[in-house]
Amino acid sequence: MRRERIRALAPLEQPATREELRVRQLRARDLLRGDLDGAELEKHVEESVLATTLEKVLNWGRANAMFPATFGLACCAIEMMAIVSPRYDIARFGAEAMRASPRQADFLILSGRVSIKMAPVVRRLYDQMLEPKWVISMGACSSSGGMFANYAVVQGADKFMPVDIHVPGCPPRPEALLYGFNKLQRKILGNPDAGWRARYNAAGTEEWAHDETITDGGIEEYQRAREIARAAADA
Amino acid sequence: MPDAPGLELIAQELNDAQEGSVVGTYHEHGQACLIVDPRHILHVLRWLRDTPAQQYRFLAGLHAADYLPAEPRFGVHYELLNMARVERVRVRAALADPGGEELPELDSCVELFPTAEFQEREAYDFFGISFRGHPDQRRILMPEDYVGWPQRRDFPMGGEPVIFTRDEPTAPGWYE
Repeated sequence: MRRERIRALAPLEQPATREELRVRQLRARDLLRGDLDGAELEKHVEESVLATTLEKVLNWGRANAMFPATFGLACCAIEMMAIVSPRYDIARFGAEAMRASPRQADFLILSGRVSIKMAPVVRRLYDQMLEPKWVISMGACSSSGGMFANYAVVQGADKFMPVDIHVPGCPPRPEALLYGFNKLQRKILGNPDAGWRARYNAAGTEEWAHDETITDGGIEEYQRAREIARAAADA
Repeated sequence: MPDAPGLELIAQELNDAQEGSVVGTYHEHGQACLIVDPRHILHVLRWLRDTPAQQYRFLAGLHAADYLPAEPRFGVHYELLNMARVERVRVRAALADPGGEELPELDSCVELFPTAEFQEREAYDFFGISFRGHPDQRRILMPEDYVGWPQRRDFPMGGEPVIFTRDEPTAPGWYE
């Protein structure tokens, strides 16, 4: 048959020519009739099924539908508000749904200086967010204290909570914040396991691992905690 | 505002009513100021508010300042306004530092000007000036468990020192 001479397409690849499209249509018709078998059937499956892991699909979904918390701290918040506007439009990346409650939010943007009076409040908001959760520290002040080297301002928000992405600037342009958000998406897609718990030596603080006595030990402990959780999920 | 002779007349009348209440005056940059003995601050404020010829009925501002190393060290400023004549006069209570843990004390003027309540709390919060008779004297802006009086001149700045490359001549080997 002539259509056997056509190369097999990669999974979910769009047919490049009219001929390839026609071949695929014919093969699908044969499949529905029940005529397809042997090498033809294998080729059809190869072209139309994409095999992946559940974790990857989950992270793909997470990274492309992020809910930021509606939370502004200082002047950076003005730039942060602009990213929702049509000019910068964070909706292109699926993160335009600002949630009014930390319990519905996936990530927090620390937009401005954190005073020592505000720090416990920010920490409480972070603790109230459901896992998985991420934090973007926006601007010089929340990353390092910035120009406020004084008695009233915390010298970097990562002194009291984990921060995933630091966006430099005073204030950063909305484009810079969007770029930081894209970096966060790549982080979620790329290596979800090496999150802040591994970096901050915080294995065992997950909600699902609270009754195990895990003290210390970095990535090994963290992987052990994951195995315990997997075993619990299987049982 | 009262001109320089007018200010001297006010000071004279105050001293006539209460001996030693006005310590000094100054009149510069178009602003009139009475420097007052802190023991008589309520007398001065009440006289300026209630005397028919004065009628400074509005307290536009109350703030403290630290004049270290000058003596007396603290000043509490009251900005008074006569709304009918749009005239302003400043009263400064010159407070000495009692030293140690003890706080300088001053009579509260909340009963004369209710607006002073929050402003006296702010002066207490940042300068550690205690107002006798204040209805609710506690910190207003800093956290309630904060220790120290951060706007005093001898209070450490805080923060973390950051050394830049331009500091290389003055701090050689900073990067080690």
